[in-house]
Amino acid sequence: MRIIQAKEITEAVAKLCWEACYYLPEDVVAGFQRAEKTEASPIGKSILQQLLVNANEAKVNHMPYCHDTGMAVVFMEIGQDVHITGGDFMECVQEGVRTGYRDGFLRKSVVGDPLVRVNTDDNTPAVVHTEIVAGDQIKITVLPKGGGSENMSAMKFLLPGEGAEGVKNFVLQTIKEAGGKACPPVVVGVGIGGSFDKVTSLAKHAVLREIGVHHPEPHIAELENELLEAINNTGIGPQGLGGTSTALWVPIETFACHITALPVAVNIQCHAARKKTIEI
Amino acid sequence: MAEHRLTTPLTNDDIKNLKIGDSVLLTGTIYMARDAAHKRMVELLEANQPLPVDLRGDIIFYAGPCPPQPGQIIGPVAPTTAYRMDPYAPAMYEYGVKGTIGKGPRRESVKEACQQYKAVSFAAIGGLSTILSRRITAVELVAYEDLGPEAIRRLEVEDFPLLVAYDSYGQDLYEQEIPKYENYHKNSDKGVVL
Ligand code: SF4
Repeated sequence: MRIIQAKEITEAVAKLCWEACYYLPEDVVAGFQRAEKTEASPIGKSILQQLLVNANEAKVNHMPYCHDTGMAVVFMEIGQDVHITGGDFMECVQEGVRTGYRDGFLRKSVVGDPLVRVNTDDNTPAVVHTEIVAGDQIKITVLPKGGGSENMSAMKFLLPGEGAEGVKNFVLQTIKEAGGKACPPVVVGVGIGGSFDKVTSLAKHAVLREIGVHHPEPHIAELENELLEAINNTGIGPQGLGGTSTALWVPIETFACHITALPVAVNIQCHAARKKTIEI
Repeated sequence: MAEHRLTTPLTNDDIKNLKIGDSVLLTGTIYMARDAAHKRMVELLEANQPLPVDLRGDIIFYAGPCPPQPGQIIGPVAPTTAYRMDPYAPAMYEYGVKGTIGKGPRRESVKEACQQYKAVSFAAIGGLSTILSRRITAVELVAYEDLGPEAIRRLEVEDFPLLVAYDSYGQDLYEQEIPKYENYHKNSDKGVVL
């Protein structure tokens, strides 16, 4: 058994919050570079060039890449041999988000009650996903999720007979409806299977996968390729102002499901595809 | 797709010269306001009451910045999604606002309002926040302080980069550009697109 202090978790989460917002992951920057080379629209090309400059300016000046530093989504994979001491687990994660958003000069974009809508002023609560895994470490990932792209995400139960074709149609329809509102070029996280709650979680987890890495199942990898091509043929382009770079990647995650069901979820991740992971 | 360097306030001739796809480097005063401030302003307009700041002839930037770091006057900022302001925009154009800055496509009613009231809707790049914040030279909170990041702020900008998305002729840049690149690769394979 390994003992981890709650304070260590708070410090790790805080640092991940601002680092994720300041430093765009390298796979995303590489995605912009590839897109910039192939983009057919002059407006689209210019947008991609500006995004590359923006990413660099944010990095060297230690500033948020995008002002919408989002609602923090925190993924915790907790080793079963870990014992957390010195504080309440959930509170130490929330305290990390609170500290990170304050000390990192990140925007506070969370309202407490969804109908009364008063800003909580510290960006808490964060959405926290926990999973118990083997081992004696904790893997923490922070995904600051902006509103523009999250708002354009969607979920639907298809008829099982609709199959891969039905999935493709639903994903394409979601991307077309989102258009420029979701700040393309996007990463399109797709969940297929599971239950009502599971499928959206699959889509969100898919967004965490590195750009360029396919699903291990060949037929799912094939579907990823087909969807990427179809999405980049919609013409939507960077910022929805036309072009051939609408999506950088289409990661799909799957799970078993009920005989009557074919749930599918699409979680759209805008070009501010921020994520940062640490293991303690 | 002309390039313009413009200074606020925009004159009727400036507006006339702007066509969709034109790029603009804007210098002068603009006002930052978003969802909550629009709700309040449109309620005032409906009640025939004056607004807390006179925005006639001015440009509204739909945005809410990050807090400034030490030594900065404003934190990173870029436009928010314009369509959320669409229910309010026609009333604001009717009142006399000459331009708005947002990201993403908008409703027919906004397009029509731009044509009817001889105004424009600009697009700035969503998420280009570090770059855009460095084109802002002064910030002043002018109304609705209680709304925090959603309060109305007066900004002085220098060479603020914009694209004309909807012009005063009822044209729509999104509608014009997207079809050009639909099935682009398939068509270029077949030699349809050069
Ligand atoms: S959708 Fe993404 S890139 Fe666009 S403004 Fe929101 S967080 Fe920033």
